[in-house]
Amino acid sequence: MTTANESTLASGLNQLMGDQEPKGYFARRSLADWLFAAVMVGAMAIAFALYHGAMDEYEKGILFGITPAAIALGWFWRPMARLMVGGAALAMLAIWLYQGPEGADLARAETVFLLKYFLSSQSAILWMCVTVFMSTAFYWLGMISRKNSDSMELLGSRVAWLSVVLAVVGTLVRWYESHQMGPDIGHIPVSNLYEVFVLFTWMTTAFYLYYESHYKTRAMGAFVMLVVSAAVAFLVWYTLVREAQAIQPLVPALQSWWMKLHVPANFIGYGTFAIAAMVAFAYLIKSQAQETNWWRLAPLWVLGVVLCFEPIVFRQSSQTGGTLYWVVYTAISAAIIAGILLGRRRIAERLPSLEVLDDVMYKAIAVGFAFFTIATVLGALWAAEAWGGYWSWDPKETWALIVWLNYAAWLHMRMMKGLRGTVASWWALVGLAITTFAFLGVNMFLSGLHSYGEL
Amino acid sequence: MLFGPRLTGLSRQHRNSLMSFSTQGIELKTRNEWLRQGIELLSSMRFAISLLTIICIASVIGTVLKQNEPVNNYVNQFGPFWSDIFIKLALNTVYSAWWFLLILAFLVVSTSLCISRHTPKILADWRVFKEGLRVQSLKAFGNRATGVMTENTVNAAARVVQQLQSSGWKVKTQVRETPNGEGVMIAAKAGAANKLGYLAAHSAIVLICIGALFDGDMVVRAQMWLGDKTVFKGNGLIADVPAENRLALNNPTYRGNMLVPEGAQASTVILSQSDGVVLQDLPFSVELKKFVVEYYNTGMPKLFASDIVIHDKETGEKIEERVEVNHPVSYKGVQIYQSSFDDGGSTIYANALPMGALTKPFKIEGVIGSSVPLVRENERLAVEFTGLRVINVENMAAAKMGADTAGSGADVRAVDLGTKLKNHLGSGSKSTRDEALQNVGPSFSYKLRDGAGQAIEFNNYMLPVGQGDQRVFLLGVRNVPSEPFRYLRVPVDENDSMNGFIALRAALADPQMRDTAVRRYMAEAGQGRTEAERINLETSATRILSLFAGADPWLDNAPSPGVGLNDRPMRLGGLSAMSYFLEQIVPADDRERTSDAMVNLLNALLLELTQVSREAGGLAPLPRTESSQAFLSQAVLALSDSFFYPAPMTFAMSNFDHVQASVFQIARAPGKTVVYLGCLFLIIGIFAMLYVRDRRLWVWLQPNANGETEAEMALSTNRRTLDGDEEFQQLSNRLLQVKP
Repeated sequence: MTTANESTLASGLNQLMGDQEPKGYFARRSLADWLFAAVMVGAMAIAFALYHGAMDEYEKGILFGITPAAIALGWFWRPMARLMVGGAALAMLAIWLYQGPEGADLARAETVFLLKYFLSSQSAILWMCVTVFMSTAFYWLGMISRKNSDSMELLGSRVAWLSVVLAVVGTLVRWYESHQMGPDIGHIPVSNLYEVFVLFTWMTTAFYLYYESHYKTRAMGAFVMLVVSAAVAFLVWYTLVREAQAIQPLVPALQSWWMKLHVPANFIGYGTFAIAAMVAFAYLIKSQAQETNWWRLAPLWVLGVVLCFEPIVFRQSSQTGGTLYWVVYTAISAAIIAGILLGRRRIAERLPSLEVLDDVMYKAIAVGFAFFTIATVLGALWAAEAWGGYWSWDPKETWALIVWLNYAAWLHMRMMKGLRGTVASWWALVGLAITTFAFLGVNMFLSGLHSYGEL
Repeated sequence: MLFGPRLTGLSRQHRNSLMSFSTQGIELKTRNEWLRQGIELLSSMRFAISLLTIICIASVIGTVLKQNEPVNNYVNQFGPFWSDIFIKLALNTVYSAWWFLLILAFLVVSTSLCISRHTPKILADWRVFKEGLRVQSLKAFGNRATGVMTENTVNAAARVVQQLQSSGWKVKTQVRETPNGEGVMIAAKAGAANKLGYLAAHSAIVLICIGALFDGDMVVRAQMWLGDKTVFKGNGLIADVPAENRLALNNPTYRGNMLVPEGAQASTVILSQSDGVVLQDLPFSVELKKFVVEYYNTGMPKLFASDIVIHDKETGEKIEERVEVNHPVSYKGVQIYQSSFDDGGSTIYANALPMGALTKPFKIEGVIGSSVPLVRENERLAVEFTGLRVINVENMAAAKMGADTAGSGADVRAVDLGTKLKNHLGSGSKSTRDEALQNVGPSFSYKLRDGAGQAIEFNNYMLPVGQGDQRVFLLGVRNVPSEPFRYLRVPVDENDSMNGFIALRAALADPQMRDTAVRRYMAEAGQGRTEAERINLETSATRILSLFAGADPWLDNAPSPGVGLNDRPMRLGGLSAMSYFLEQIVPADDRERTSDAMVNLLNALLLELTQVSREAGGLAPLPRTESSQAFLSQAVLALSDSFFYPAPMTFAMSNFDHVQASVFQIARAPGKTVVYLGCLFLIIGIFAMLYVRDRRLWVWLQPNANGETEAEMALSTNRRTLDGDEEFQQLSNRLLQVKP
């Protein structure tokens, strides 16, 4: 409303002018957008027609609610739409391949070529591991190479996308497989450490890829994919040495709808906090590129190594095998960090401006904080049903609170006091150390109600 | 480039115009310096952050130091000095410590003051457009743009207002006289929800803290401080607890446990306090019809559920419900959760079997939780039945793998990467772990308590465990609850029972039977030897058997392997006695040869002893088969280990009546609603604060001498981001018609 003391302007202010207004939300949709929406609505209709008998009212509500949400997400960021359609199509292909003459048969994973080597859950997840390592390597080649930087980084980005697709396919197929193991076993694959590491891998990568496209720079990938690679290294160890990949049925405490929401929300938090920390690391490298005093760089190296060391420190508590694996892991990670410090000038040249790094760091922490809040609230709601109280100072809860308070303080300092730059970056790195402890350390060192992901 | 402080060089007025929050506290206009400074401190952000830091540190201590353990555990772990300090500071109960609650209370006060300080400003700011801003001030903003437009000022102003309104800005204009005619100051604002988010998120903290403090045990404790209630410290039946230890029916908030055996009813909740318990009567009673446990075929529990009937004491109504983990039942504002389960008074029927003592077997029965005295001669013992497990799922792969490796001699660790990868392709349904989970049947545990009150805990399996000839009965022992059970593995006889071994153990303890066994052995082995050799062999055989039986007088001075019940020292026996003998008597370089000879002789003698024991029991002699051989080789080990068994007899369960009990957590938590409301506010507030940018925009349009319009535009935002800069860029291009 204009309530000005108009004089000669009175009539003018009511005139309609301006022909270059931005178009409305729906007017900006392309044909592909509408096609995607049609596919989603169609999928919803088919799912409802086929399975409405097996759904209760909540599930019907969720199905109807999730369709517009998925469409909005696909419209918000178009690659997401392609991921949804492509991942679902490949998962459907895998399910179709599982169908034998007498219905679904998991044994076909041993005989059908596509299933055995690509689309069955374990094969897809193994390929995901390979592609994550490849993507990291390409990003670093892009960082180092003087001639082919852009093409190497493009390759890294594409391969990272591939790993996201594979992880999504692996997860969906694993979900299907769990239901084939027995009617009482099937559940969403977010219930143990193996499954949540897959979740972490693809969520972190997807969030990074969003920032990559939003800021139109691929140079941060080298850093972010390092933390994803560390997670995948852990996953490989967990699979090959600990043999922890088999689908396990759910204990009564986990048989709840809340799990589907609580765990992914948490991992959005963990993933984006990890991105923020890696970008902070890049920030510190760039801001210290001209530094020649080794003792000034040493703290950065030490903190980097400490972060890599965290999983190993936890390993001390249990005695079983895989020592060589961790020695190799340590050596590689210490060398990588030393290498990064040595090549800091070249890396600094390649990295986007400090403002961009700072902005990504802020955005990642903001997303992470918002979702971590949701996850903690969902956890409290779930705890009220499962444990008889929304808050019982269980070690996991307590550490979640500490993580939350840490990032709350970070955001306060930034918004109120304008904290930026080096201090904020160091803080974000330390934040990752705290988060990792809350995620892994609590399960290993502290006993409590929340002991699902054992090591 | 770093973002510098955004507002450097701004006058006081412009600071206000941006409404940037100060983090300083409230400044009261009072003459009392202390009050003024106190309130300022309480409502400042630095105070709140300090409180949060202390909460963090206290929380870390609370997760590292185990909470709510008995005092003795802290003394054992940290020594009297530190444990005393920990308990004085209430570090063993951090989250309900007075100082922790005080900090939370301060946090509530601090946050409330902070909200009350900002709310008037936010509300005032809500209505104000600040269209009266001086043109000069625009130059001080971070985001600024200027342009010259060919339209006249009237048209330009109309267009800008229109454009802003259609993009969701709220607009107010002010016309001012300029040398070239009328100019317009257009003031616009957007994203006011950001400030509401601030209010929502901070009042959420207050709501959550208040609700949670109310649901904690503050109310219960207050009734003890202020009311006439006390903590009950004794033992006894719930019905006998006097009224001063019982909380009233109208107690608004409590949380405690209630055990209900199958077929019984309960209506009293036990609230544990740090120094005892208080009881809470319920307006209804809960009857447990049946407690249900289901397992997956992997042995993992699948379902814990209680079929209950709620009997309303007022109306006499009966309501049937099922309580499951994750599916609590709510009745009259009281939540009933499946918390755990226990034994509800199962009866155990067992046979007492002598373990080397010269007693006859006898039968015994008792209810879990009860104690049965055994008085024999001058020895006092009592059996306390402590537990019954009907299903025990064990991983049998470890034992089996050991056996396979021993057979093939191949190194099982040698697995090449190719095979390994192949195992990890395909569906996620297959486990590559060596797991052979198997239900090995029921087990029961009991304690033997001697006259001095010392107790040893036992855990015996009802059925033999293992495969084929290698099946054994597992008899577990431990002295302290923190240790794992150590198992005596008793081989099954041809009737799948322990009796064969028990008879053999009795025969070993009987000097006459040992003599008979030696004589029988000599009858065969003595053939074809000289008299001297025979005497020599017979002496050795007698000696070895009496050493193995622990009966040799030479062992009187040997170190005892431990103290049994009633302070009776255990006597060295079995293979340890033989190796002690070797070490003491035989020269070092001769030991290996002698030891081999002794073991061979022992095996032959024990075979004879078995036959003697079977004859005495009226059984056919043991045939020379492979299973007999397996029995004998396991029996040698079990006999040897039986000397470490700290009781004169063991109890073998023959039957049981299983009665279960369900442990419910009963809670009344009216603060929950407040907390949930707080959580909702928190989420809404955080999203509003992080994703709604509060922006204020001013566009100053004034005609110049050529009839064109000069425009100056500035944007103020509470947070500068790259996205914000880009938005301003686009906005200025559109509004000032600057062609990019």
